[in-house]
Amino acid sequence: MPREGILVRTPYERITDEQVQQIHHASMEILKDPGLISFNKEAAEIFHGNGADVTKVSSGDNPCWLVRIPEKLVLSAVDSTNKTVKLGARNIENILVMKGDEPRVFFITGSETNTWLDVGFQTYVRKSEPATEIRVPEFHPRRGTVADLCKSAHVCEHLQTVDGYIRTVNIQDKDITEDNKDVNKFFASLNNTTKHVMSGLTSLKQLDNVVRMAELIVGGKEQLKENPIISFITCLVKSPLQFVEDTTDTFIEICRRGLPVVVSSSPQAGTSAPIKEAGIMAQINAEVLAGITLSQMVNKGTPVLYGSVPVRARMDTLGDSYGSVETSQYNIDCVQMARFYKIPNYSTSGVCDAKVPGQQSSIERLFSDLVVTLSGPQFLHCAYGLLDCNAIFCLLQAVLDDAHFQMIKFLLKPAPIGEKEIAETLKQIREVVATPDKMYIRYIRPVMRSGEISSPYPFEGDLTSDNVFAMAYERMNELLAKPVEHIDSATTSKIFQEIPGLLPRLNVYEERR
Amino acid sequence: MSEDIIAALKENVIQGRKTIDDEGIDEALSGKPGVVELTRSALDNNIPLETIINQGLTAGMQVVGDKFDTKEYFIPDMLASAEAVGAAMEILKPLLEASNIETKGKFVIATVKGDIHDIGKNIVAILLRGAGYEVDDLGTDVPTEKIVEVVMESKPQFLGLSALLTTTMLVMGEVVEALKKSGIRDKVKVLIGGAAVSDEYAKEIGADAYCTDAFHAINVLDAFREARV
Repeated sequence: MPREGILVRTPYERITDEQVQQIHHASMEILKDPGLISFNKEAAEIFHGNGADVTKVSSGDNPCWLVRIPEKLVLSAVDSTNKTVKLGARNIENILVMKGDEPRVFFITGSETNTWLDVGFQTYVRKSEPATEIRVPEFHPRRGTVADLCKSAHVCEHLQTVDGYIRTVNIQDKDITEDNKDVNKFFASLNNTTKHVMSGLTSLKQLDNVVRMAELIVGGKEQLKENPIISFITCLVKSPLQFVEDTTDTFIEICRRGLPVVVSSSPQAGTSAPIKEAGIMAQINAEVLAGITLSQMVNKGTPVLYGSVPVRARMDTLGDSYGSVETSQYNIDCVQMARFYKIPNYSTSGVCDAKVPGQQSSIERLFSDLVVTLSGPQFLHCAYGLLDCNAIFCLLQAVLDDAHFQMIKFLLKPAPIGEKEIAETLKQIREVVATPDKMYIRYIRPVMRSGEISSPYPFEGDLTSDNVFAMAYERMNELLAKPVEHIDSATTSKIFQEIPGLLPRLNVYEERR
Repeated sequence: MSEDIIAALKENVIQGRKTIDDEGIDEALSGKPGVVELTRSALDNNIPLETIINQGLTAGMQVVGDKFDTKEYFIPDMLASAEAVGAAMEILKPLLEASNIETKGKFVIATVKGDIHDIGKNIVAILLRGAGYEVDDLGTDVPTEKIVEVVMESKPQFLGLSALLTTTMLVMGEVVEALKKSGIRDKVKVLIGGAAVSDEYAKEIGADAYCTDAFHAINVLDAFREARV
């Protein structure tokens, strides 16, 4: 049985059907005029071969082509795109099945940050009353390592609400190079979680090694097609409206291999996209559709996700403001656009502007996690543990996020109201009203034990002081102490024999000797 | 036979099954006698009152308390068990009165005049019964004169006053004054509770204690008893 996710029965819709149509038509106009600039020759040739109007617009060191895509090409690609995408997992109970027309949400980590935030606690004594002490968390940033990635995957394996794993931290160990980064980040993730693993690719040269690694884990090429335990995310489009040379190469090769891939675009309203909602929506939709069109021209039926990471610019720095309300609005709009095309959506929430865990981070992430979930994206890349937009990862924050996702999941459970419940209620009310105490407490117990009552906030302190961080830290360490199901010894041995560049210290069986 | 009845009585207290119709937690007990039926059965089998109370009811409540402390049980569980024990104590009451066995004490409780809120008061009453106190619940919106009259007549060791509203909490002070005027203030410990009141307010009106919740009330009463001994 695949993971259930959470079905949003009546998704929140921000834009009307008419507005969806208006955005769609505007995107079609954009793809025709001005079209996209492709810095990737092969992509330009593929578009040309399929009937797009392609013109070389510059030569020399950075040649590029203007690609004008006719509407029928886009619609044909949308038509041939799989409307159901299956993302596999080492543990088949963790498989994710995403249907473009079904608002069933799966919560997934990511994205990749450069900085890992360590947490420690210091004890402070009140000057005027030395007997009074408080423990205060301190956060220490440092470069992320492969060991951190293992820890993060390990904890996310045990977080109930995490449905899949996108690598959370960029591995920057001294012995990590461009040539071995991909195999090590995929192995570190796959070896520490039995959930689906998605990642970007640093070097196209490593694609086949990564795919081979996955084949060894599931037992072969066909088994990987049946159970694609890995998938990729590619930012082939640079806003506004440009196909990047190297990531487009990577994207084309992934499509040729038929593995699931996210066509992701991340325009910033105000700088790389218009500041007005209609503008950024028309543009991002055009950019994603251009990528989807390319995927289907390369390999019809390639499983793709409509990937949207729109963001508004901060007015003080013109940097990203993921914590802004508009960012959530854009994401909800994108969910509706993807649903209009019936293509499963990769959406974004929980990315905050705050740099450390605290009240700002809680408010920003809970707000966007809740409202974007309510709109019913399928693949919600909801930034467990991410801070400072996507610059910092904090494992403690990921544990805190799990707690509020439990609330969100509970909120979206179907309402247990029906004839049987009404009949029970009437009987109960009549019985209780006839008693001297007039209390319903005795009826709580069976309901309480059936799981129909939500759990209290797991990091609730003694109600007179806030011990949330200390309690979450304790929980984090409990999860780290729980074992994870690593890839078995024989397969690990094969992987280390066959795949070049893996760091010996990642072989848990060798480490134990 | 006697041991089986007492063991079943203890287990049914733990399960919070007052009668044969109650669900409890363990489905295997469904349709089997609850605390009320087992208490009657214990009496029919001439099991001594002290054994019924100490090894059946109190021992069961002890386990319930432990489970509550470890968060395996929640307040609804505690109340179900306390309610079951309270029902058993009602059955045993006439026999207790005829014997030399003492209850933990007599506790009169009321929501004061002008206030009809009673959830907290009811929970306190149920839990105190379960804890072995003899509880006389006067109800809600009880006039001050009525409270004083009951204290004079039934001579409880403890009086609990409840109020939810900032307007009705003032009546608690009137009750304390009325007890003083009647010359019985020093005969009874006055405990107050409810959302509007506080430890500070208890001191202000001359009450003996403020109880934050029903569990606190049990602790306060037990502490008063120990101090008296």
